[in-house]
Amino acid sequence: MTARIGVVTFPGSLDDRDTQRAIKLAGAEPVALWHKDKDLKQVDAVVLPGGFSYGDYLRAGAISRFSPVMETVIEQAKSGMPVLGICNGFQILTEAHLLPGGMLGNDHLHFICRDQKLRVENAETSWTADYESGQEIHIPLKNMDGRYVADEHTLDMLEAEGRVAFRYVDFNPNGSLRDIAGITNEAGNVVGLMPHPEHAVEPLIGSGRTDGLPFFTSILKKLVNA
Amino acid sequence: MSRTPLDTVEHAAETPDVELPWAELGLKKDEYERVVEILGRRPTGAELAMYSVMWSEHCSYKSSKVHLRQFGEKAPQSDALLVGIGENAGVVDVGQGYAVTFKVESHNHPSYVEPYQGAATGVGGIVRDIIAMGARPVAVVDPLRFGAADHPDTKRVLPGVVAGIGGYGNCLGLPNIGGEVVFDACYQGNPLVNAGAIGVMRHEDIHLAKASGSGNKVILYGARTGGDGIGGASILASETFDDAKPSKRPAVQVGDPFQEKLLIECTLEAFAEKLVVGIQDLGAAGLSCATSELASNGSGGMRVTLDDVPLRDSTLSPEEILMSESQERMCAVVEPEKVDRFLEICDKWDVIATVIGEVTDGDRLEIYWHGGKIVDVDPRTVAHDGPVYERPYARPEWQDALQADDANKLARPATSEELKDQVLQLVSSPNQASKSWITSQYDHFVQGNTVLAQPEDSGMIRIDEESGLGVAIATDGNGRYTKLDPYHGAQLALAEAYRNVATTGAKPLAVSDCLNFGSPEDPAVMWQFAEAIRGLADGCLQLGTPVTGGNVSLYNQTGEVAIHPTPVVAVLGVIDDVARRTPVAFKEEGQLLYLLGDTREEFGGSAWSQVVHDHLGGLPPQVDLERERLLAEILISASRDGMIDAAHDLSDGGLIQAVVESALLGGKGARLVVPDGLDAFTFLFSESAGRAIVAIPRSEELRFNDMCGARGLPVTRIGVVDGDEVEVQGEFTLPLTELRTAHEGTIPALLA
Repeated sequence: MTARIGVVTFPGSLDDRDTQRAIKLAGAEPVALWHKDKDLKQVDAVVLPGGFSYGDYLRAGAISRFSPVMETVIEQAKSGMPVLGICNGFQILTEAHLLPGGMLGNDHLHFICRDQKLRVENAETSWTADYESGQEIHIPLKNMDGRYVADEHTLDMLEAEGRVAFRYVDFNPNGSLRDIAGITNEAGNVVGLMPHPEHAVEPLIGSGRTDGLPFFTSILKKLVNA
Repeated sequence: MSRTPLDTVEHAAETPDVELPWAELGLKKDEYERVVEILGRRPTGAELAMYSVMWSEHCSYKSSKVHLRQFGEKAPQSDALLVGIGENAGVVDVGQGYAVTFKVESHNHPSYVEPYQGAATGVGGIVRDIIAMGARPVAVVDPLRFGAADHPDTKRVLPGVVAGIGGYGNCLGLPNIGGEVVFDACYQGNPLVNAGAIGVMRHEDIHLAKASGSGNKVILYGARTGGDGIGGASILASETFDDAKPSKRPAVQVGDPFQEKLLIECTLEAFAEKLVVGIQDLGAAGLSCATSELASNGSGGMRVTLDDVPLRDSTLSPEEILMSESQERMCAVVEPEKVDRFLEICDKWDVIATVIGEVTDGDRLEIYWHGGKIVDVDPRTVAHDGPVYERPYARPEWQDALQADDANKLARPATSEELKDQVLQLVSSPNQASKSWITSQYDHFVQGNTVLAQPEDSGMIRIDEESGLGVAIATDGNGRYTKLDPYHGAQLALAEAYRNVATTGAKPLAVSDCLNFGSPEDPAVMWQFAEAIRGLADGCLQLGTPVTGGNVSLYNQTGEVAIHPTPVVAVLGVIDDVARRTPVAFKEEGQLLYLLGDTREEFGGSAWSQVVHDHLGGLPPQVDLERERLLAEILISASRDGMIDAAHDLSDGGLIQAVVESALLGGKGARLVVPDGLDAFTFLFSESAGRAIVAIPRSEELRFNDMCGARGLPVTRIGVVDGDEVEVQGEFTLPLTELRTAHEGTIPALLA
């Protein structure tokens, strides 16, 4: 048996097809979900993909957070369904308060696209179990508003509770506080990060590495063994 | 408040003596008289608006048409061409049932006035051309040219242009995989912002811009129409147009990439359900262009009710609605029974869609406003029968002196130390330096099919996940070469793009071009233009790569001074399996470096002559297209048979530039030996065409040499991939760290 993993398409989502491809390459079944539809089609997990939903107008993720589909995603995430937010998806998760903090414009004020070195800080979430804690990986990064911020108290709490999932290594591409690239909720079922694991799943394409595939194999194993 | 009566066709017939502002709208007296002759009466204000924008240089190609015909007349026999010049973009067969459409266009003038929006809407426009052919856009490329890198205005224009391209393209989800960035003082007041796009479809999905089938509905969808981008707004100020209206707004359009992304998705969904008979995007000349072209390419006429056009500004006059260039709009022709489903899809994507007219039995384009008929024309006369000029042209008198000022006589480095210094000077010069500060502002990962992106020799996209079928694209142009010799300069641009595609392992198939020149009213510029086209058409014939379409941008000049003639050539290629692609980077120590082709003392127009001597004179490198073809065949065979691990074409900056780039990208150095018969300076800096370097595993050396020997391509072993420095034996050694600082530091220091 395999697992069904939903990928939501918002108006302006860009990496929805890429994410579906990554899910398939990992051996799971991708299921397309539509932002206007509250029905999650009985998927076992959901990915909110990258892009510029609603053109990033108002504030990245601020409008999508109110989509009908998000009502169900928020409800299910709170009762334990695994949810991964990539880039714009991460922004939506913070806007929806499933994850703390938020994203501001990159400190250098430019869009940045690069193959980014990361350290896996927490290899125990639903989406990172196939990594080793402390493992260094390269995952493509591409964003305009990627600077993770939160108040000092929240940052301290995230670190104390081991909820920083990924940190930028060697180079902080956007001015994120404490080099934070991705975080998880307390339960470890909701993870958000700015880099794009779905762009690092085939040796020939994109960055030419497969460092992103464990995201999708992690969740598959968790769901199938559950 | 009194109101002038609506200028209907009837009113126009009754009031033959009313003076219309044809001169302010940019028409010449004889052109206006021709309109009157065609109609048999004076045009209405709305008709005049349509003729004036459609007969403009930009839309009618009136100065360039007589020369552009050569692309058709000299077109090589090609089985690959599915749709040629004249449609929104050409379409090429790439095998396995796939067709690829691609095109390059200019957005030069707007990008100087308003860099961000000018460049952004350039991307938007070319992408709509691609969608209008029925294809899903899969990549963009951006050949850019700016004034001197250290000029203060370049710091205004370049960051805006780059942010605009990124802001629009990134938001559309299109990987940016190639292009160029060139600096030259000649572009100071006239930056060249060219934008190219590629789209992929199945053969059966090709759509054309024509309105056929009486009773079929004409649907306008996308953004509302506003007062932005009305061609040369002030020309409308006249007694029939009110001064206080919004048409005074700047003529540069404002882009909304989010709206365009929705437009892409909803258009492709409508295509997939076979709901569309004909389609046209709204770009230059807006509705005037879309309605007249759709109608004139179809079998019938068309009736449009302009009152039904959704407006952003309710005070717009019918003339302004017809001329508005508001972005992110498309026009589709749909059979009546499929209209509901079409509108449903638009609604799903939150795209506004409105039936504004229908195809009729007749052969007239009729447009109504407030119940009155304000346009009644034969659409062909608007769209296709514009004026054609045989502009005078003459070889400028300074051409001889320019060519006599031989760059080969410039002082060359006298010592090894000087040679080394000039290498550093070259690789750190703005034109030769790394452009990663710019390209890192573009998403090249999105869609998950990017095999190669800049700084590779060509961008490459996988189009079939199962078979690995892919396409490659390269754009090149060299204004310096073309200034020295327009005929051969254009051929060198073609040869370089062709070579770049082949270097990555793809077979060149077809050409698109963007011809950037000065004023056609200057006979010297017109001569450059005529020569460049002749060179390009002859070159395409010889290489067997047809021109599928393109764009002409004239009047790129400030006062009397024109830019260097700059034909930018895009070559599209196909590769059966992207796993066979050849990248630029040196990756394996011990691999052998070979130089393919002949190296001559050729420094006219070279990067070396510009960087070291600030010189432009002499003749550009010789062109040998048969040699280019042979070189391409060797590179493609070697890639297919797995004989080479890296390859880099040699062009501006010569061999040393290519070696440094390959070494830095792979993080592996090289030891070079100057071959017999060449001096070190010529070996390193010559820009002879028809050359490439390759890195070969030792196990493949014999086989590769045999292949080149059998086919008569000169090859020379020049060194080995090794260590962490670039060494030219007996001359100098430069550590990669020093080269990296020199090569990668320049652009951020100037612009960041």
